[in-house]
Amino acid sequence: MFELLSERFIYIPIIILLMTGLYVVVATGNLVKRLVGLSLFQTSVCLMYIAIGKVFGGTPPILADTHGEDAGHGPDPAASVVAGHRASDDHAEIATDTGAHAADTVATAHEPVAAAAAEYGVQLVEHATELAHHAAIYSNPLPHVLILTAIVVGVATLAVGLALVVRIQEAYGSIEDDDLNSADYAVETGGAE
Amino acid sequence: MIDFITALTPAALIHHAPALVVTVPLILSAFTAIMPSSRAAWGLCLSAALFVGWMVILLFGQLATQDVIVYAMGGWDAPMGITYRVDALNLQILALVASIGLLCVIYGYATVKDEIAKDKRPLFYSAFLICFAGLLGVTITGDAFNVFVFVEISSLATYALIAMGAERDRRALTASYNYLVLGTIGATFFVIGVGFLYMATGTLNMADMAGILAETGHTRVTQAAFAFIVVGLGLKAAMFPLHVWLPNAYATSPSFVTAFLASTATKVAFYALIRFLYAVYTPDTGFVMLSFTWVFAVVGVVGMILASVQALFQSDPRRLLAYSSVAQVGYMMLGLGLGNALGLAAALMHLVNHAIMKGALFMALGAFGLKFGISKISDLNGLGRTMPASAAAFTVAGISLIGIPLTIGFTSKWYLIIAVLERGWWWAVAAVIMSSLLALAYITRMLAAIWMENPPEHHGETVPKTRAPAMVLVPMGLLAFANVYFFFNADFIVGMAQRAASAVMGGQ
Repeated sequence: MFELLSERFIYIPIIILLMTGLYVVVATGNLVKRLVGLSLFQTSVCLMYIAIGKVFGGTPPILADTHGEDAGHGPDPAASVVAGHRASDDHAEIATDTGAHAADTVATAHEPVAAAAAEYGVQLVEHATELAHHAAIYSNPLPHVLILTAIVVGVATLAVGLALVVRIQEAYGSIEDDDLNSADYAVETGGAE
Repeated sequence: MIDFITALTPAALIHHAPALVVTVPLILSAFTAIMPSSRAAWGLCLSAALFVGWMVILLFGQLATQDVIVYAMGGWDAPMGITYRVDALNLQILALVASIGLLCVIYGYATVKDEIAKDKRPLFYSAFLICFAGLLGVTITGDAFNVFVFVEISSLATYALIAMGAERDRRALTASYNYLVLGTIGATFFVIGVGFLYMATGTLNMADMAGILAETGHTRVTQAAFAFIVVGLGLKAAMFPLHVWLPNAYATSPSFVTAFLASTATKVAFYALIRFLYAVYTPDTGFVMLSFTWVFAVVGVVGMILASVQALFQSDPRRLLAYSSVAQVGYMMLGLGLGNALGLAAALMHLVNHAIMKGALFMALGAFGLKFGISKISDLNGLGRTMPASAAAFTVAGISLIGIPLTIGFTSKWYLIIAVLERGWWWAVAAVIMSSLLALAYITRMLAAIWMENPPEHHGETVPKTRAPAMVLVPMGLLAFANVYFFFNADFIVGMAQRAASAVMGGQ
């Protein structure tokens, strides 16, 4: 149970936000507050999408190689993987160099120390490879792109909704649901306009 | 004729037709908004609708030789890019939206002039084009997230269009607001569902999704996605318990908007539902079939009876027809819920037929509204003598709505009942007949007022015979004529629906 919760921890606040938004929409009679709830509802879905795209230990989806010639804007996602590998090679080289160098300097003094140093060098290499490997893992950028669209949609909806509320205020003189209903009911039953 | 038009068209246009069908109205909508006069705006609107019609004809020509047209947007192939995908199923809906859109634009010139303030007309036409493009986009796209984007594009324009009715009736504002809140909740539910599907499959392309789901099987995640998508799209399609936004929106919006929305918006949402239920999920999956039997069929049957009863008690003719629309969605849901090709074909047939008859009915109400204010059934009194042409169109479409032989309403109900009997659901047949009888009652109420009562009087004198403008009469007459014509030449609609059903069922 605990494991399940810790793995999916991010979904708990998302669900809470989602339900809060929906509850506000249903529970309030004020048209502006209802839009606030609606916004909250939509935003929590944005959060859900971002959570889908997150990869543990991944970097932001930005190409690692900044030298230009390889950091193309091509459609091929392999390009970024290549860039990642390149970075990994670089790191590995440096690490090997350092490790070997350390081994050389110490080797003249004591045998066991030299062995330890060589081992340290190998560890360094491993660590660097691991680091570089991480650089090749990046969060999935697609949900981010989708959510940019969804945010725009949300803003547009909110704008149209608020514009409608302004017009309702002008036409009815109130933005409370109960007042609007009784005004409409009065018209329908032939009461005063 | 299709070959002739295709032969006259440059090859580049033919190749890019799937993209142009959506982008051209979308781009023209921006130009429409800045047109100096309402006539110029209307002209641009009409040319956009004609262009879409032309592109749809080209698509018909292309689809005659191949089963499916796949168009990769910007040359980015699936699953990386967004693809537009046309098969027999959505070509039918495209043709419906394009032709109803064109007829509505022609019809709209006089009614918009009557109902919308002069300075707002270019903006009104612009919003219509956005809505039109959005509906076409939902229909043609093969990408699940793209469906959401286009649903929202068309809905946002719809909210504005409905609110334009406020010049006549301020209730349009609250109707539009309520639709906005519910519509956004629906769209958000849909996007949650798509998110879950993306989580499970890692793709947004619907065809790709279907392939991966068929391989990996279903989990709790895809089942949750299913529920969210059904509720989201069901809300947009005015599936019975989720229909509360519809009657007020239809009753208060400008008559042009009502005629257009009633025959396209809910239909497109229903198409999207079919696409997800039959093409992404497959009806032979256990829980999908379970939902067909216990959700769609039940909701369809309950909806068709309860909404018809509600329609019976309405005093506003437009609201009455709006409730009847909800009832008609019930027939489609029942057809869908049968879960076989026969039922699906019946549902699709009824979808097209209902668009034709409701379009004609709302157009006729708008035509009456041009000369007389129509807010209750007694306002229709005697219009059979005052405006005989419009009244005749209303009558034909009304008879079709009941489902009396010699009209298309009978054809689709016939096929629906055959499909239901195939499954042995006698209770559903009873419900269809019951609902048709209720339709008979509420349509007769209006027809009796139109033909039996005395014509309206003005200062003690009978109002002289009058006629709606030709641009109103022609599209309305065409739709009313289609109600009869397609009964005698049923091959077109029936064949199209059967091809569509086998296209979507045959994929499995």
